[in-house]
Amino acid sequence: MDGLNIPLNHILLVSSLLFAIGMLGLMIRRNIIFILMSLEVMLNAAALAFVAAGAHWGQPDGQIVFMLILTVAAAEVAVGLGLVLQVQKRFKTLDMDHANRMQG
Amino acid sequence: MSETIWLIPLIPLLSSVTLMLFGSRFKALQIGALGVGSVGIAALLTLLLAAEFMQNQQVIQLSLWTWMEVAGFAPGISFYFDGLTLVMMSVITGVGFLIHLFSTEFMEKDPSYARYFAYLNMFVAAMLVLVMADNLLLLYLGWEGVGVCSYLLVGFWYQHNANGHAARKAFIVTRIGDTAMALGLLLLFTELGTLDIQTMVGEANQTWQVGDTVPLIACLLLVCGAVGKSAQLPLHTWLPDAMAGPTPVSALIHAATMVTAGVYLIARTHGLFLLAPTAMTVVAVIGITTSLMAAFTALMQTDIKRILAYSTISQIGYMFLALGVGAWSAGIFHLMTHAFFKALLFLGSGAIIHCLHHEHNIFKMGGLRTKMPVTFWSFMIGSAALAALPMTSGFFSKDQILLQAYQLPDIGPGLWMAGLLGALLTAIYSFRLVFVVFFGKANTEPDKDTGWRMAVPLSVLCFLAMVGGWFMIPVTEVFPAGDGSHPAHWVEYVSISVPIFGVLIAYLIFYSGRLKIDGLANSALGKSLGQFWLSGWGIDWLYDRLFVRPYYGLANLLKGEPVDAIYGFIVALNQTFNHWLSVAQSGRMRWYLASMVAGLILVITLAANLSVGVL
Amino acid sequence: MVMINLIVILLAGGLLAILSERISDTMPRKVAMAVVLADLLYLLVCLSGMPEITQLQAPVANDPSTWLMHFKADWIPAFGISIELALDGISLLMVLLTLVLGAIAISASWTDIVVRKGFFEANLLWSLAGVLGVFMALDLMLFFLFWEVMLIPMYFMIAIWGHENRGYAAMKFFIFTQASGLLMLMSILALVAVNHSGTGVWTFSYFDLLNTEMAERTAHWIMLGFFIAFVVKLPGFPFHTWLPDAHTQAPTAGSVILAGILLKTGAYGLIRFAVPLFPEAALNFSYPAMLLGAAGVVYGAVLAFGQTDFKRLIAYSSVSHMGFVLLGIYAWNELALQGAVMQMVAHGFSTAALFMIAGSLQERLHTRDMREMSGLWQQMPRMGAVAMFFVVASLGLPGLGNFVAEFLVLLGLFQVNVWITVVAATGLITGAAYSLLLMQRSFQGEVNKKWAEYGLIDFGSREMLTMTVMIIALIVLGVYPQPVLDAAQPVLQSLLELTATPAVAAVELAQ
Repeated sequence: MDGLNIPLNHILLVSSLLFAIGMLGLMIRRNIIFILMSLEVMLNAAALAFVAAGAHWGQPDGQIVFMLILTVAAAEVAVGLGLVLQVQKRFKTLDMDHANRMQG
Repeated sequence: MSETIWLIPLIPLLSSVTLMLFGSRFKALQIGALGVGSVGIAALLTLLLAAEFMQNQQVIQLSLWTWMEVAGFAPGISFYFDGLTLVMMSVITGVGFLIHLFSTEFMEKDPSYARYFAYLNMFVAAMLVLVMADNLLLLYLGWEGVGVCSYLLVGFWYQHNANGHAARKAFIVTRIGDTAMALGLLLLFTELGTLDIQTMVGEANQTWQVGDTVPLIACLLLVCGAVGKSAQLPLHTWLPDAMAGPTPVSALIHAATMVTAGVYLIARTHGLFLLAPTAMTVVAVIGITTSLMAAFTALMQTDIKRILAYSTISQIGYMFLALGVGAWSAGIFHLMTHAFFKALLFLGSGAIIHCLHHEHNIFKMGGLRTKMPVTFWSFMIGSAALAALPMTSGFFSKDQILLQAYQLPDIGPGLWMAGLLGALLTAIYSFRLVFVVFFGKANTEPDKDTGWRMAVPLSVLCFLAMVGGWFMIPVTEVFPAGDGSHPAHWVEYVSISVPIFGVLIAYLIFYSGRLKIDGLANSALGKSLGQFWLSGWGIDWLYDRLFVRPYYGLANLLKGEPVDAIYGFIVALNQTFNHWLSVAQSGRMRWYLASMVAGLILVITLAANLSVGVL
Repeated sequence: MVMINLIVILLAGGLLAILSERISDTMPRKVAMAVVLADLLYLLVCLSGMPEITQLQAPVANDPSTWLMHFKADWIPAFGISIELALDGISLLMVLLTLVLGAIAISASWTDIVVRKGFFEANLLWSLAGVLGVFMALDLMLFFLFWEVMLIPMYFMIAIWGHENRGYAAMKFFIFTQASGLLMLMSILALVAVNHSGTGVWTFSYFDLLNTEMAERTAHWIMLGFFIAFVVKLPGFPFHTWLPDAHTQAPTAGSVILAGILLKTGAYGLIRFAVPLFPEAALNFSYPAMLLGAAGVVYGAVLAFGQTDFKRLIAYSSVSHMGFVLLGIYAWNELALQGAVMQMVAHGFSTAALFMIAGSLQERLHTRDMREMSGLWQQMPRMGAVAMFFVVASLGLPGLGNFVAEFLVLLGLFQVNVWITVVAATGLITGAAYSLLLMQRSFQGEVNKKWAEYGLIDFGSREMLTMTVMIIALIVLGVYPQPVLDAAQPVLQSLLELTATPAVAAVELAQ
């Protein structure tokens, strides 16, 4: 078990990098597919942090939450792709800035 | 009888209410019988009362119930009856009855026959309450009541906007005076603690000295009310317009009874006026000024009813003069004789208008002497009395007024001379009317002559206008006695001869044509003066500019509710904030996210900095 | 218990009205009418078993046992909040007025409501229930509760069944009353807190709060909160601008209730709370308050004169008339107060009737614009005659209730301030101007051909019956107002005594 011992800090660094990449993607992409992908990246970043932390403390909680996140992500993708289809149908584009009807 | 005087106003009132509720189901004959009959019964009861009063000279005080009782303010629905009341009641019910009878023929064809008699009966009831009232508040009830009836009757033919306008003008202009009078009531109650006329006058004599300020103000406020109701300067403008109503209404309300209510009010409260000599002088000056102004105006009018209206204003001016110089009973005497002859003249003009297809312009009449004999004689007698030719009723009353005015120190002779000028003008304009309408060539053919229901009232009033001067009105107990002195004989001779001279002038100008005034009338000065008089001295024009238009303007200006602008500002402020904030709500997710991240970074930085500081 | 029942009957009646719509379309109005009449009858029966009001000794304002009725039960004891209701002469007058005008309002909207009839009648009844609560509640928290209860149904009435601009009017009405309600709530809480800091007891009871001692400045500010809350409702100048919109847009029954009853809650609040709770502060404030009253009289009259909308004109006339009430209250002597109470009753009838006429015209002509009316008397003589009666009543013809009221107010006011009286008295002239203009533009004048072909229907027997009730009421109030005056007299007397004491004490202190 102790063959591959990666320090927790490294994993957390990767996780935050992933999270930042996801967030950046979310902020700069307009295409809804890429937005969804960025969301996925962010979720996985968080999940990675959980797994790493669980391993570090020797507790199963991290893995349980990881499974929860997987499920949520799957559900989110289902809903998100449904929305993507609707958006494509309504607006004939995948540019999210066209779907800003809810502005104040 | 003394216990049942309340029946006298009640009967016309009940008749009025009945006509209002069920008038539409009655036949014309029933309506007429009810309308005339109720006033007839009231007249009969008044006659009985008069007979009783002549025997025992008993003053009657009758309290029905307390109207309201608040903190010592307890006016009653209670009546007071003395000689003065009797004179007024006789005029109201007597002349009123004749006019009601006349109306049954005059208004015969009108679809609103029942409504007419309902209003007219209501008026009689209110007028009776006015003169019978024991306290000023009940008097005020009658006072406003007759005002509303006058409004309703002036605007009786409401389908024409002009009539409605005249009616509103009549009510609002008199309301100005009434409001001042109400303030007078407030002042009197506050100072004296009662509005009961007899008690109040007694109290006033205890409290105040002659010449004090408070009674002066109170009297002036009452005068304002009287001036409004009696169409004196400066509130006289409503009366000529009020001629828009049916002619019998003009005869009853705007000649015989309601317009003289102001005279009655001052006579009734003369005890207060004796404490305020200045107020009396004001009354005299208002009277004589109005009298002259109206007489000049009457000279130029061409509408038969407007001539009579201005003549009424002028004659009431004489009554005010009488009151102002302390000739109380002469004033009331003139009130009575004026009621006779002016009702006669108005009814006569009503007969002419009725038979001449509603023609009002005297220059389109002419030569009616032979075609309408009853009316002709009515006008002859009425005009003679109005001009105060010797032996007519108007002569006795007007003579008394002028002689007593002459005896007033200082301003007396001046008032007398002005009064004489007025008498001269009166003679000229009244006989101008007679000569133009009844002599000369006929311009319009009458389609009928008067029926009996018109002829009888005219004849009775002719008789009264002739002999009314010999009546002795029982007011010696009411008013303080004069000193009984007479001025020099020449004063009397002049007073008698002036009206005769006036008739002569009218004859020369309007009948024989010997005296040519065309040149004078067509000169520049004559024209503008004539125009000035015709317009009633431009007072209507002035009021229109001074009050009516500014008020309309103000109402128009404020119509949009400027106060709302304040609240509008608050709303606008909120909307501005809302606008600013809603800009952030762009609907772009990336924008939200960016601001969230920025906010997060900000918070973390702050928290980190602060914790560093704390730690 | 009687008082609770009065309110509960109305609340339950509202539910019944909603349910009854399932039976038939015309059922709700019958149910509502029956409920209100039953309530009125119940009150009268209960009263008949009591000693004559006139024989009661003057109720001592801070001793509930001397009142006509008194009921108290715990509600939230921790804060001293209780369900406390009481009835004295003035409340009784107002409660009677509410129930009578409630019945009249139902009659007024007998035919002009076409959608959701059950819910409409329910709102009407609930609003009445709230008003009854306001007139009877003597626990300030309960008072505040009822104050809100009466407003919300009224909001719905305007917003759902109102005329063309109802949304705006309803919102304006709601915001004005809600903002003033908030002000009142803050004042109540402040008063209770001040009382607590002095006595250590939490209580919202009127009787306990009457003699709260507080600093002059504190009293002034709390009083001002109450004052503004009530004056908005009254409405007094310059807080009146919600009224023309609300009255104009409300359905007929709504206008009748608004003008006839809801406005009176403001006046009632001033008499019952704003002055007695802070006698000194309120009477120090009387001069500005009277100025506002006089301004309202004049301003309302001028604006009424400028209107072309029939209902809007009447609404502004209310502003003018309620100015007299404000004057009467702050003149604070018996004459003026009696006048104010009288005005509350008389104005209730005269304005309610005029709004009913306006509603009938709207129902027949589908317009309220007087420029399109003219000569309506010709076709509807009965309605014309009735309108004429109420118009002369509202311009203050002696012999009708409004005159008694206005004259007493002026008489009392004259003893306090002559010049304000003179300004207020001009209201009699301007009042005549707008009232007669209303008559001229709508019923008199040349007959408008448009309507001649239209075939207008005159008042029927239901309308005439309703009108007759109000005509008789105004005549009786006008020639024999004594019962009303007698009912209010002991109460006013005790209030005057209550407020006189601190003034006397202050004078003694100064000496």
